Amino acid sequence: MSRFEYLLRLGDNALILSQRLGEWCGHGPALEEDIAITNVALDLLGQARNWLTYAGEVEGRGRDEDQLAFLRDAGEYRNVLLVEHPNGDFGQTMARQFLFDSWHHLLLDKLTGSTDERVRGIAEKSLKEVTYHLRRSTDWIVRLGDGTEESHARVQSAIDGLWMFTGELFEVDAVEEEMQRAGIGCDLAALRGPWMSNVERVFTEATLKIPKQTWMQRGGKRGVHTEKLGYILAEMQFLQRAYPGAQW
Amino acid sequence: MVSSAIATEQIWKWLEEVPDPEIPVISVVDLGIVRNVVWNGDELIVTVTPTYSGCPATEVIARDIRDALVAHGIAKVRLITQLSPAWTTDWISAKGRENLREYGIAPPAELIQIENIICPHCGSTSTEVVSRFGSTPCKAIYKCRACLEPFDAFKRH
Repeated sequence: MSRFEYLLRLGDNALILSQRLGEWCGHGPALEEDIAITNVALDLLGQARNWLTYAGEVEGRGRDEDQLAFLRDAGEYRNVLLVEHPNGDFGQTMARQFLFDSWHHLLLDKLTGSTDERVRGIAEKSLKEVTYHLRRSTDWIVRLGDGTEESHARVQSAIDGLWMFTGELFEVDAVEEEMQRAGIGCDLAALRGPWMSNVERVFTEATLKIPKQTWMQRGGKRGVHTEKLGYILAEMQFLQRAYPGAQW
Repeated sequence: MVSSAIATEQIWKWLEEVPDPEIPVISVVDLGIVRNVVWNGDELIVTVTPTYSGCPATEVIARDIRDALVAHGIAKVRLITQLSPAWTTDWISAKGRENLREYGIAPPAELIQIENIICPHCGSTSTEVVSRFGSTPCKAIYKCRACLEPFDAFKRH
């Protein structure tokens, strides 16, 4: 079942971040940004569908993407805590996006070498999209960080608040180890170096500081979430919970 | 008539008349998303690859392809979605690129570039990106500095 767990992690990261970004729909600071954020959300939703469909097949209990998305409770979700963090202001959303994109890009790049053909195919497809996401979130971090006093202070404060959620991205547990041994996954701990170099390079350009904090929050990957996830699911799952099996 | 007698060349021609639902000046064949057409007995198997993972047009495209083939008398059509190799704008045909330009959408650049996309209205290369994302997942929004017109550009992907 490790492969099922592993695919849920990949799918849930994309699904929950997509849902969060979708909250910006109609609220973006400018029309172009509204469209851009929801385009990223759409890419992630498509990726989530690919991962969760495959997860359902691997599990072999007849659950499809919709059942996995709409009928699991918070404790069964396997996303990292970073992606369920609330949007906050635009700077907070972009800080979360940049920290995630930098990692997501490295991870997908490794997964294009997976021994599992389906994982390889989904990763290859997703990587092209995430390359574009990363370029955009990088631009915003530089613009906001090296922008006005106000934008600089806000984005620095966002990064300081999110930093403790970045440790989990590189956390290796039994599932990760097994997937790495099987050649399906990769060594997450080894992504930390390249991730940090990229973050440092961009922060230097953006005149931002890497937080000194070393204590890291964890739990999402094994289903221990912040209280925030429940609110996301309440909204996302409402229709299927209230009207089971509804279709349109 | 046994429908498998229809040559796949003919089927490709029919598919060339199926437009993309969001950008109707380009057909699904010219867009490069139909990857294969093959008979398996009396069943026609059409392999399609999505442009973007979350593109909402994907399901409509599958339905349009099926409807078109059924209208041409093919009883059994099966659609297969193939992710790998991932779709690239390099697969857009020369005709497709020209159709996009005429319609006012800059076709994808030959090289990876963000700046100096050729304006589909006046041909100037003095253009600037307004937003890297546009009205569909495959497009970005630009503005021409020469003729001052805004325009959509197909993202190189």
